[in-house]
Amino acid sequence: MSTMLAWSIAAAQILLSLAMACAAFRILWGPRAQDRVVGFDTLSVNAMLLLLAFGIRSGSTLYFESALIVGLLGFVSTVALAKFLLRGEVIE
Amino acid sequence: MSEVTDVPSLATVLTATLLIGGAAMTLIGSFGLLRLRGFYQRVHAPTLGTTLGTIFITTASMIYFSALGTRPVLHELLVIVFVTTTTPITLMVLVRAARFRDGAGNERDLPGEK
Repeated sequence: MSTMLAWSIAAAQILLSLAMACAAFRILWGPRAQDRVVGFDTLSVNAMLLLLAFGIRSGSTLYFESALIVGLLGFVSTVALAKFLLRGEVIE
Repeated sequence: MSEVTDVPSLATVLTATLLIGGAAMTLIGSFGLLRLRGFYQRVHAPTLGTTLGTIFITTASMIYFSALGTRPVLHELLVIVFVTTTTPITLMVLVRAARFRDGAGNERDLPGEK
């Protein structure tokens, strides 16, 4: 039964990597700046989910904390980038 | 692949199903981000991944670690609360910034004005 879990974790990691590739494509070839910011937000959330999948694979809870930090930094940098698009500067 | 041996089979099936479902939801959302045309259509697609995908994968992690440690592990609820709180804030701030930029002379991407 554990081989089924191993294969499903591998499949989930492949699917999440493809999702990260889609977000990276939108970052690289986004026609305007806000498309790139949306792509970055999606990329950070997908990286957080991939870290959770790595945590299930390795059986340790250390990956959970790094996933939380990645999600938090992704949110803060997305808001900072949106503020920069809106105002032209981040801290005014 | 070290410690996936002594977990009950029901927890294994639930974890595998939720993992595959969440990863597929996230892939569908990111593919929509890749394929949709305008920015205002494109900003809707990744919310599928950030809500359903995150809830499914964190629930799978909760079930797996609860079955592994034979006690309820609930700290993945932090991720669910955090993501469901910050996703509307991100969307609102980004759409406001895009609307501001579109109002400054180039209205080619605005919906309903074609």
